[in-house]
Formats: sequence, structure tokens, C-alpha cells
Amino acid sequence: MQFITENLQILFTGLGLGSIYALVALGFVLIIRATNVVNFAQGDFAMLGGYAMVLFFTGLGWPYWIAFIGALLAMAVFGVLFNYGVYYPLRHRSFLPVLISTLGASIFLQNTVLYVAGPQPKPLDKLLNFDGITLGGVFLDSQYIVILVATVALVFFTFLFFEKTLLGKKLQATSQDKDMARLLGIPVALMIAITFIYSAVLGGIAGVLVGPILFVSIGMGSIIALKAFAATIIGGFGDVKGAIVGGLLLGVIESLAAQHISVPYKDAYAFLALFLFLLFRPQGIFGEKVSEKA
Amino acid sequence: MQNRISLPALIVLAIIAIALPLIPYQLHVSTYVVQMFMQAVTYAIAVLGMVVVLGYTGQINLAQAAFFGLGAYGVALGTVSGGINFWISLALGVGAATVAGLALGLTTLRLGGHYLAMITISFQQIFDLILVNWVEVTHGPDGIAGIGRPSLFGWELADDKAYLLLCTIVLYLLVFAVWYLPSTRLGRAMRSVRENELAAEVVGVHTLRTKVIAFALSALLGAIGGALYAGGFAYISPDNFNFARSVEFLTATLLGGAQSPFGGVIGTVLIVQLPEWLKHLPESLRFIKDVYLAVYGLGVILIMVFLYEGIWGLIKNLRAKFVKSQAKTDVSGVQPLVLDVQGSGDSALLRLENLQKHFGGLKAVDGIDIDVQRGTVHALIGPNGSGKTTSLNVVSGIYRPTGGKVILDGEDVSQLKPHQRAGRGVGRTFQNIRLFASLSALENVMVGAQRDNNPIPKGDKALRDRAMSALHFVGMADRAHVIVRNLPYGHQRLVEIARVLAGHPKLLLLDEPAAGLNQTEKMEFVELLKRLRGHGLTIFLIDHDMGLVEKVSDRITVLNFGRKIAEGAPAEVLRNPDVIAAYLGTAGETNAAA
Repeated sequence: MQFITENLQILFTGLGLGSIYALVALGFVLIIRATNVVNFAQGDFAMLGGYAMVLFFTGLGWPYWIAFIGALLAMAVFGVLFNYGVYYPLRHRSFLPVLISTLGASIFLQNTVLYVAGPQPKPLDKLLNFDGITLGGVFLDSQYIVILVATVALVFFTFLFFEKTLLGKKLQATSQDKDMARLLGIPVALMIAITFIYSAVLGGIAGVLVGPILFVSIGMGSIIALKAFAATIIGGFGDVKGAIVGGLLLGVIESLAAQHISVPYKDAYAFLALFLFLLFRPQGIFGEKVSEKA
Repeated sequence: MQNRISLPALIVLAIIAIALPLIPYQLHVSTYVVQMFMQAVTYAIAVLGMVVVLGYTGQINLAQAAFFGLGAYGVALGTVSGGINFWISLALGVGAATVAGLALGLTTLRLGGHYLAMITISFQQIFDLILVNWVEVTHGPDGIAGIGRPSLFGWELADDKAYLLLCTIVLYLLVFAVWYLPSTRLGRAMRSVRENELAAEVVGVHTLRTKVIAFALSALLGAIGGALYAGGFAYISPDNFNFARSVEFLTATLLGGAQSPFGGVIGTVLIVQLPEWLKHLPESLRFIKDVYLAVYGLGVILIMVFLYEGIWGLIKNLRAKFVKSQAKTDVSGVQPLVLDVQGSGDSALLRLENLQKHFGGLKAVDGIDIDVQRGTVHALIGPNGSGKTTSLNVVSGIYRPTGGKVILDGEDVSQLKPHQRAGRGVGRTFQNIRLFASLSALENVMVGAQRDNNPIPKGDKALRDRAMSALHFVGMADRAHVIVRNLPYGHQRLVEIARVLAGHPKLLLLDEPAAGLNQTEKMEFVELLKRLRGHGLTIFLIDHDMGLVEKVSDRITVLNFGRKIAEGAPAEVLRNPDVIAAYLGTAGETNAAA
């Protein structure tokens, strides 16, 4: 019984962390689909969201929800800047320059924030002001519950947005065939800008949600991003469903391994899982093998 | 030729190269300056690895600091913990890094560049975790002190300046090797992968092997740099080898110019010097020193946007503006092209048996049988979406068939990779020309000539002669040294055909070869095809121009909706009512109504 509750506890924590990976992975996938490029600064979107929240809530003392909305608006503005500063000038080039450019952006963002905010990780209050509930011997931390609920809601919202609204369909059309979309009168550049905004806001939410658990720090983004990317590969590159399943799976694997094998190498398990997938199922869980067309 | 350096440039380079490392000897400089030289020289060696993998091969490596660290820890652990000779420790460290590079490359390089970027970052992070946490072996965050220096032929290199000289000589030798690499067989293969991986594979380059070798070479160079670094500083700790250092290597490579070892060295010197210069900034700008990594990050974006070929690229482009290069190449000694077509047996050279290719529910090719007879021109026609290009892709190996067989000269090649088929004499061109854009016409064709089993003598000279003959055959020999990006469209088509011919193809696959050509060019092209058939070459082609198809083909197969609807001599096939119906869409229904 002890064994079961202990593992249920770990499973719960793993799903909570996994949700964060899933949210960031979702942002990854949306940008991959729209621009065919992996955005290496995706994790820093979460980091910036976290710092924006720290600034508005802890620093300026705004009410929680106002600060939260403020942080998301700041992320939306940032998404626009990112699109025009990092992606847009290179949109006609091959993937490598764009990839390197986003990597440069990531380094720039982390070190700028480091200079402005200092190296000390910042604490952030939980959304709900109670610690959690105990259910059958398993302690459910309130912030983890918030994360799980928020992730389900966001995934559902994303699905509705892309499948049921005209804007969402235009975004899909853009990601599938830019030339055709352009011929049909869809403003492709604007659609990509919107994708960056959406992705930045998603990342920001992830940062605000995970802040109370991991603290808001300079490096939080890159470690989350690496795992989110591992999640997109495990789930199937560029697959929305895969990103979410991969993220959750990775969170659980990581928590179980940290508990049962060794803590200092906690961050290595995700990569180990990634290596195994690359060796034995490189197309991921939901992916199909595709080859370049001649 | 990209590798030809004019005499004055060579002299300038030589003077700089000799004078620069002498600075610490002539002037009474501080240990600090000597150490800065040491840092620049050892970093530059690691950056040379980045030039090979990123600049030449177009593959990203974000773990160069980890490979650098493997070399350094090899020397540190060997000399300090193991009490082993410096050179053996160095060999062990470099060996470990190369093996790690091979292993990473083999698992990841089958996949796209995104994977490589992430996997190398992951490797870098894991390496860092191990350095910090595996205290019993690595001494953890404290690092390792008291690292030994080597002796060479009885010379003790304990003195800083003597050791620096050794490192500088190693750097020069490696710069030379990396500079020479692009004009070798391997180097051309690497650059063809960078320019157009699919075309490289189809032309006969073993692209996976090429990428893995490039990656392993990069790891090897990184480790050599690291090993020398450990000896130079006598103390190392994990923060010398973290992700930030990998970023520095990347920035140095991009800043200097990834496609040249000279660029790499320039970039390294600037990156090592940068913090020094920042010290001299006025008080109000002093904060930049604290954010120098942010400056690197911003720099990387700016380089990508404004200075893609780096400083060396800028220098080269400026030089190209002022120095007119010879546009025409002397063609007097070029031998006529020999196309060895062995006509063994009288069965079909290419046989497609019940060939199928499905994409999910779409049956793009749905069970076709075609025999292409030796020495004939066989055309495959059909409306758009009838499965022509898909069939050609299955024959050249870009797609594996869903069912059925591709038999070449009696051998089932259905499961072979494109480069293996090229090695058996399958050559093809592409509908939308796929050349190696930044290579010269000659180099493009040489890549074609260096396919496996090409029956020509060994060595670079034979490749070059073969390539010149092939260019001569299509009338492009005098433009051999022009970068193909700068050639007009029609000429690019010809170079693409020469690239195939240089490889002695048994079977020539042409995918809409006349698309985009004007009437004159088309006439010339028909002549070229007739000459090729006159040499006994077997050609299997797709085209939309019925006039052209009728003029050149011995036999025509018509596809519609992935199935064969007619086959035979041109005159008979083109008058077949089913074929007319397939093209015009209404004839059949009109008949039915009438």
C-alpha cells in the first residue's frame, strides 16, 4: 500500500511537470508547423513570462489576476517583437540560419534578464492560497492541480481555436502550404506573427504556472525547452497530439526515475529516453516517416 | 577553384602567420598575454572542427565544448590521476571524443538538422552533469590541477613559450589540412551535402557516412584543442566546458566565416579578445562587460541577418569585386567523353514489376509493369498526378516501393538506397534543377564522377578529366569554373546532365528535362538526347512536351491514376483513344454519348 501511494504521489507530480513540458512543446509544434523551424528560444518564453509575473506581482504589487493578464499581454507584445526581430528577416533562408538566430535570441534573452534581474531565483506565490489536499494518502499540491486544469483547458482551447474558427483555419492553411495560402488571399506574414504571439503567450502561461514550483530563474527556460523538445520527438515531430502525450510521458518518466534511481541525474533521464526513441522509433509515437519530395 | 590563393595573398598570409606567434618571444610580455595566446590557439583548433561540420557540411554542433572537454579531461585524468604519459593521455581523450562523435552522429544524423541541434545540446548538458556529479573520477566542480606538459623528441616543453610554439605549429598544420579538405573527394562530398542533400545522395554520395565522418572529425579537432588547452593551463574545471563555451565556439565560427579555416581563426581571435577590449570601454559603457554573453547572442542574430558568410566571406566578396576572375576556362586539352555502355544480355535493362507506391490511402503508383530495353529512349507520359514523378522517385530510390520490384540489369534493387543505386549506374536529373549552388560547374560534375564503382582510374586527376569531358560533351567546358548559381537556367540544366554523365550511367533518368527551356534550347536538347542514344545509353524520361517525346522516344508508356493505360511506339500510342481521353478528359465521354 505504501508502495502504491508513493508511486501515485510521484505520478501526480510527474503529470504536473509533464503538463508544463506539454505546454511549451505545444508552442514548439505550432511554430514548427508554421515556419518549419525549431524555435530555440521557446523555453525562454516561459522564463520571460515568469519574470514578467514576478515584476508585476511581487515587484509592483499588482493584484494576482491583473498581474497575470499583464504578463500575458507583455508576452503577446514580445511575440510580435520576436517575430519581426528574429524570424522575419530570415524567412526566405534555409532552416539553419533561422535556427541559429533563435539560438542567439535565447542567449541574448537569458543574459539580458540575468543582468537586469540578477542571478538569484525568484519565488512566486501559488495561484490558490491553500497548500493542497490529501486524497487516499496522496498529497495533491494545489499548484499542481492548477497546472493540470490549466493545461487541459489550454489544450482544449487550442483545439477549438484551430479547428473551429476561421482564423484558426487560416493559420492551418498557412502552415500547410504558404504559397497556396497566399494565392487565396491569406496574409501569410500576419498569420506567422499570430503564431509567434500565441506561442509566446502559451510559453508565458507555462512560466507563470511553474514559477511557484521551480522558482523563476534564468535557466528555467532552457531546461524546460530541452525537455519539451524531447517531448515533441517522443510524441512525433510536429504532431500536436504527440507534443502533449510526449510531454506528460516525459514528466512521469523523469519523476519515477529520479525517485527510484538517482536524483542528481534527474535531468539526464529525459535525454536518455530521447536517445532510446531516436534509436528505435525515430518518428515518435504518432509520427509517420516522411521523406523529402523530389 | 575556391582553393586557389594568389601569390600576394599567400605572402601576406605567411608574414602574418609567422609574425603573430613570435610576439610573445620578441616582446617581454606578461604571462597573462602568453595565456591569452594559448587560449586563442587552442580555441581556434576547436573552431576548426566547427568549420568542418557547420561550414563545410552544413550540420550544427552545439556540443563542441563537450568534445573540447573530453580531450582536456583525457589529458588531465591521464597525467594527474593515471600518471600516464602526456601523449598517450591525449590520444585517449581524443579517441574518446571521436568515438562519442561517431556514436552521436550515427544515432542522429539519419534525421534532420533540428534533431542534431537538440541532441548535441542534450549531450552537452549530460556531459556537464557528469563532470560536476561524478566526483570520484572528475573531481567534481573543484576541477583538476597540476596537469603535466609533454616532452617532444627529448625537449621538455615545460616553458610556457615553448609549449605555445608547439600549439601554434599544431594549429597551422590543422589549418592547412582543413583548408585543403574541400578540394578532396571527402570535402566535395561534404559540401554537396550542405548544398543539397537529396541531390548528393541521388548522385552517389553516401550522405549519412559523409555527415558522420564530418561530425567525428569535428569532435576530434575539438578534443585536440581541449587536450592542448589542459596542458597549457595546467588546471581545468567543469565551467571551462559548459554550454556557454559551446556558444562561444559557435559565435567565433559564424563571426569569422564558417566556410573557411582562416575565418574560423579570425573569429576565435576576436572572441578571445573581446572581453579584453570591453575592459577599455568608458565607465558609462562598462556594463557591456557584464553582459558580454548577451552581446554574443545579439551578435549571432545580426551575423545571420547581415553577415551570413562572416568576416572571411566579406573579405572574399570584396576581393571578387576588384579582382576579375577568368570567366573562360581553357578547353584545349579536354578528352572526348567515353560512355562505356556494356550491352550484356538482351533482357530489359530496367524492369518494373507490379510496382506500387501508396501514400496513406493515395495510390500514386498502383501496380505498373514496364520494361526499358537497352539502348533505347523510353518515355513515361501522363496527365498531372498520374504517378510519373513518383515512379521515377521509386526507381532512383528516393521512395521505397509499397509493393513490387525494381530490377536493374537483373538485380533487384528495390530496397537499396539512392547512393547505392547510383553506384550501380542509375543516374538522374530533377524537374526543378538540384545542383550544388555554391560549387563550380566542374566541382558539381566531379561529385557525379566520384560515385562508387565508376569505371575510371583512381585519383583526383582522373575525376577532373572525366568531369571536364562530361562538361565538354554538353558544351559547358569553357564555363567549368563558374559557380553554378551564377549560370543561366538552360546552362544549369546542361551541368546537371553532365554531372550524371560523368558517372558513366547505365540508365539515365530525366525528370522533365525540357521544362523551362525555350524553343532553341529545346532543339539543342533534342540533339543532345540523340547523341546520347547514339552512344548506346539507355534513357528513361518524363516530359510534357509531346513534340519532344515523339521526336526522341523509341517507346512510350502512358500512365493515368497510377496505372498503365497504353504502351508502344510513339505514333501508335499518341493516337490511342484512351490516351487522348486521359489528356483531354472528354473524348471518351463524348464517344459514349454519341
